[in-house]
Amino acid sequence: MADYTTIVRRGHVIQTVKTADESAEDLATMMVGRAVNFALDKAPYQDGPAILKIEHLDVVDHKKVHRVRDFNLTVHAGEIVGLAGVDGNGQSELVKALTGLMPVANGTVTVGGKDTTHAKPRQVTESGVGHIPEDRQKFGLIMPMSEIDNMSMMEYYRPPLAHHGVRDAKAAAEMTARLNKQFDVRIADMHNSAGSMSGGNQQKLIIAREMSRDPQLMIAMNPTRGLDVGAIEFIHQQILNARAAGHAVLLISYELDEIRQLADRIAVIHAGHLVATEDAENLTEQQIGLMMAGSGQQDKEATTNAD
Amino acid sequence: MRISKTWIRSIWIPIIAVFLGLLVGAIIMLLSGFNPIQDYANMFMGAVGTPNAIGEVLRTATPLILTGCGFAIANSAGFFNIGVAGQALLGWVGAVSFALWFPDLPRIIMLPGAIIAGVICGAIWSGIAGVLRAFFGTSEVITTIMLNYVALYGTNAFVKGVLAKGDNDYSPTVPTAARLRTPFLENLTQNSTFHYGLIIAIIAAIFLWWLMRKTTLGYEIRAVGMNPDGARYAGMSDKKTIILSMLISGAFCGLGGAVDGLGNYENIIVNDAMPSIGYDGMSVSLLAGGSAIGIIFAAVLFGLLKIGGLNISIMSNTPSEIVDIVIAAVIFFVGAQYIIRYALNTSARRQAARNASKVTASTAAAAGVASGPGDAEADQPRAGEIPPRKRGQKQSKVEQPDHHDEHDGEA
Repeated sequence: MADYTTIVRRGHVIQTVKTADESAEDLATMMVGRAVNFALDKAPYQDGPAILKIEHLDVVDHKKVHRVRDFNLTVHAGEIVGLAGVDGNGQSELVKALTGLMPVANGTVTVGGKDTTHAKPRQVTESGVGHIPEDRQKFGLIMPMSEIDNMSMMEYYRPPLAHHGVRDAKAAAEMTARLNKQFDVRIADMHNSAGSMSGGNQQKLIIAREMSRDPQLMIAMNPTRGLDVGAIEFIHQQILNARAAGHAVLLISYELDEIRQLADRIAVIHAGHLVATEDAENLTEQQIGLMMAGSGQQDKEATTNAD
Repeated sequence: MRISKTWIRSIWIPIIAVFLGLLVGAIIMLLSGFNPIQDYANMFMGAVGTPNAIGEVLRTATPLILTGCGFAIANSAGFFNIGVAGQALLGWVGAVSFALWFPDLPRIIMLPGAIIAGVICGAIWSGIAGVLRAFFGTSEVITTIMLNYVALYGTNAFVKGVLAKGDNDYSPTVPTAARLRTPFLENLTQNSTFHYGLIIAIIAAIFLWWLMRKTTLGYEIRAVGMNPDGARYAGMSDKKTIILSMLISGAFCGLGGAVDGLGNYENIIVNDAMPSIGYDGMSVSLLAGGSAIGIIFAAVLFGLLKIGGLNISIMSNTPSEIVDIVIAAVIFFVGAQYIIRYALNTSARRQAARNASKVTASTAAAAGVASGPGDAEADQPRAGEIPPRKRGQKQSKVEQPDHHDEHDGEA
């Protein structure tokens, strides 16, 4: 939309250009300071055991509204399942039910063979589940606390970060410094509050925290919402790394491009129902869009015939 | 303990608030026809002029340190424990009752026993409000205030009916083994009421600091207070944290009442009003911003104001209530601290902008790069014209800013 674009990086103005003269790749390169890889390296999917099994899941919220209905989904090790859907069709409630933040009305959830249907949040995370929440500031961080305290948020209560209820500040600082380096989390001083960090760095903090716990299942909801191109590229690479390491990844996103880029299989949710589950290469964008809007499987046949 | 810039900056707020409070008091004194300079001088001399005065000041500060800590810990968890006074009363009656009912215990058992009895009574009283909040969501502000009145009239009835002899409004004095005052201290401070409770209070404040900063429980309490949603996501149990933080809060308040009862009063009396250590403790905690070391200083300041204030009406016609006005004004300015923060931030931002323009100019000179339209000058207004760039020129421009980054480092 803009006629002219000014690129800013680390507080300095880099350049102002006519938008029409520059390609998206060139703009991205100027923003990040190096070439940005839009096409990610994705190894072909290799079969793995089922890690997450959702069977006939029903979730009802406190206003007695049925948010998730008879939901069935399986995610295997080394696989990314992308759940596509329009905002408000039950994704939030599904994730909350999986992570113990919302009660399950019916059905079962199994992680690595263990029944976590009615497990409390800590029991879920201790079963090897990593969770990148959709609202990083409300759920994923405690903004007034330091970066160290936020990096410790999931493991603060047990060794090496604490022994018998007493925290080990040195261990926490070492872990934070190591993870900052590994996951490119940028902050002037680890003792500064999480609120002082940019959105991209906050999200990288959360990803660093969850990935470092080596979870067998990673649930990521809108992991790149509101972030810049460089951060998006980095986070997508991290999600692929989790997949390459043999973890199961459930990616829920409102961005269709993100799902099509990353997912091995795509599932579509509409009004709390699972509409379809298909290998990613077998679905066109148009078909996914139709399913997100509520037309079911039968239309899929119709559109392929029309082509 | 790390000393950060924000820590140093936040020390200015209580200092400025105290200064402004004294100023307000001085203005009111002038308007009423009194001499503020003379009165403040009398107050100062009345507070530190003699060993007796210093003893009284520290004795006044002692329970305020404890009730201040009690309020602060509940505040960290996001709760307003207004029941400080009632929990202190429970601690007072618990400690004195223990001492009166087991008069023949040796000091080594009597003293810890009485103190622990007081602590437990205070903790239970606060725990009631905590349990109601955790399981029924009832506002702890309301429950603690109501429990205050139950505590006041309940303990009055108990003192008059059970502990007191005959028709007295006070209980018998506790046995010597239970007293925190000693002849040694009395000699030291010219027969003031100064007692060993101060040492207990300071140890308790250090324990509070350790609890909040170094333990997993302290981490959970602060997390639940700052972001209950994030705390739940992290697996913390908010019910457990609510109840525990209220129990600990009540324990500190009960300790304050116990220590005051065994050291200052050495008995328990029928109170016609809530003990002032309750609300003064809350003011101390607010003035100190909830920090343990700040609470100790703020409590001593309150002691100086209250004991010194007595001297104002002795040496002149000015009523001692002026000290209450000063204290109220100080708390007002602490509450209105955003005014002070805004002033400090604006001056800090102006200073940073001045520094930044110096740095950018010197970096540009050092890198030998002419300051073109691509460089940042914080104070320079951006010109309207935008020169078109050809592809050839673009290449060098992209590399340049990376040099900048290495010089400046992370801001």
